[in-house]
Amino acid sequence: MRIVAKRTRGLTSARLTYCPGCLHGVAHRLIGESMEELGIIERAIGIAPVGCAVFAYNFFSCDMIQVPHGRAPAVATGLRRSRPDCVVFTYQGDGDLAAIGMAETVHAANRNENITVFFINNAVYGMTGGQMAPTTLAGMKATTAPYGRDVEDTGGPTRMCELLATLEMPWFITRVSLLSPKDILKAKKAVKKAFKNNLDKKGFQFVEMISTCPTNWGMDPLRAREWAKQEMLPVFPPGVYKDRGAEQEDAS
Amino acid sequence: MGDKILMKGNEAVAEAAIRAGCRHYYAYPITPQSELIEYMARQMPLAGGTFLQAESEVAAINMVLGAAACGMRVMTSSSSPGISLKQEGISYIAACRLPAVIVNVQRGGPGLGNIAPMQADYFQATRGGGHGDYYTPVLSPSSVQEFADMAPLAFEIAEEYRTPVVIFADGMLGQMMEPVVFPDSYAPQKDPSAWALGCKREGEFCNHIINSLFIDPAVLDQKTRELFAEYDRIRQNEIRYERYNLDEQPSILVVSTGTAARVVKSAVDALAEEGIKVGLLRPITLWPFPYQAVAEAARGVKKVLTVELNMGQMEQDVRLALAGSCETAFVGKAGGLVFTPEELTEIIRGYAS
Repeated sequence: MRIVAKRTRGLTSARLTYCPGCLHGVAHRLIGESMEELGIIERAIGIAPVGCAVFAYNFFSCDMIQVPHGRAPAVATGLRRSRPDCVVFTYQGDGDLAAIGMAETVHAANRNENITVFFINNAVYGMTGGQMAPTTLAGMKATTAPYGRDVEDTGGPTRMCELLATLEMPWFITRVSLLSPKDILKAKKAVKKAFKNNLDKKGFQFVEMISTCPTNWGMDPLRAREWAKQEMLPVFPPGVYKDRGAEQEDAS
Repeated sequence: MGDKILMKGNEAVAEAAIRAGCRHYYAYPITPQSELIEYMARQMPLAGGTFLQAESEVAAINMVLGAAACGMRVMTSSSSPGISLKQEGISYIAACRLPAVIVNVQRGGPGLGNIAPMQADYFQATRGGGHGDYYTPVLSPSSVQEFADMAPLAFEIAEEYRTPVVIFADGMLGQMMEPVVFPDSYAPQKDPSAWALGCKREGEFCNHIINSLFIDPAVLDQKTRELFAEYDRIRQNEIRYERYNLDEQPSILVVSTGTAARVVKSAVDALAEEGIKVGLLRPITLWPFPYQAVAEAARGVKKVLTVELNMGQMEQDVRLALAGSCETAFVGKAGGLVFTPEELTEIIRGYAS
């Protein structure tokens, strides 16, 4: 028998606790595979946020810590300054990173902390049951925006890549999509590039992944993906928003 | 022992921490602890350590959480409003069983209060401070020398019991200058490699996980009981206090700590010259509180006075210690006002007659 696909060593054998059709599993796999391929499982430290990924410490096979809501980039700062030879990454949702953790995110980026931030954007608070997030689209319904998000009252969807790219210091800022197999292959490249940059001590790596939440959107997984392609990608366009490595190559 | 050096309390505790092997310090500026963060900014890089001015006290304590998770000797400092902001992180550090040292150079409160010395964070410090069922050992200095000596002591306690430790100073102790002598050697750090993140491991790789989430109530109950078993050990081993003028039977016992206790000592001496016997029991650990020592010192006295720079907080612990066995009274000042020796002498004399 020929093995065509197997579990990556970057993930444990624990069963994922995510809802059926959720793309966290895909994001986990990309990170796990990248750690395995770069040979960094034994020198990586991952941070589990508060949110759906709170149990991520059960799923990644590297050292893990679970931290307060939104504080992952601050904890990552303490980790990476203590262990400069480790690869430190955070895994955060939109509420964690762009609402309660906005200050920590912006300042870690501005310090060009040598960490990788994985930002899973599905426009909604998942774990707490579908409340409005900073990234919730205009008019989109959430349990705390039952009549649809009124941007005049609660603000517009926060574009983190665009916001962080205004800073001078962060090294690599990119937005990818997990909505199709082709997108997932592209996302894998971004994950690996971010880790590689951390290994080379280049600084702050920000990989936003456009994802779905079939449960809280009230859609089946396929429809959720189609909806995200149509509604989310125009608001959150994938692309590279900052790449100081490429800028340096261009200059030379 | 080295030479005597004249230093501010804020600088002395920073120097002592560095000498004791602290190489990671994260904080945010606030008066009256600014000399501490500034001293660390100057000296930590020279010692080969990490100094970082965080974007907030919230971020600073979470940076401490990260460094502590790696098994580093790590410290932060702040003053009352900033310590309030750190409480979420302190709760996590306690729950994750990590060693760290937090210095509170207290100022006036509540709210923004002012920048004068107070002891009004007593409840917060001695009852855990943040959310959930936990305590932190609290060390209360009353001189610059003692403030400095508490840095290595705090690290030793933090590492022995894997707990955050609070040094409970105030604006007076932080700002005033006194001669300090630093010891020649310090206790080595306890090896954290069995649990710390990112450290080299022997044999086959097995990942370390640091976590305070226990979704099954029975497991959280068990974890909390383990934490409290460790608190029992702290209560057995770490209670510290000073007995002053207590060898002969006094008529009045004063219980007081920190800056307030310094003034009490002057009053006790002045009253002794008048032939009025007053004793002082000075708690050095506020948690665990020396309940038994207070009860013993109170035997045969007419009254037990608690003197604090607040509206009466430690006074509740004193009454718990006495359990109604003795009359008590409270003497305090709020607003950042500090007693003069003369006024305190007069107040205590009033209770003695």
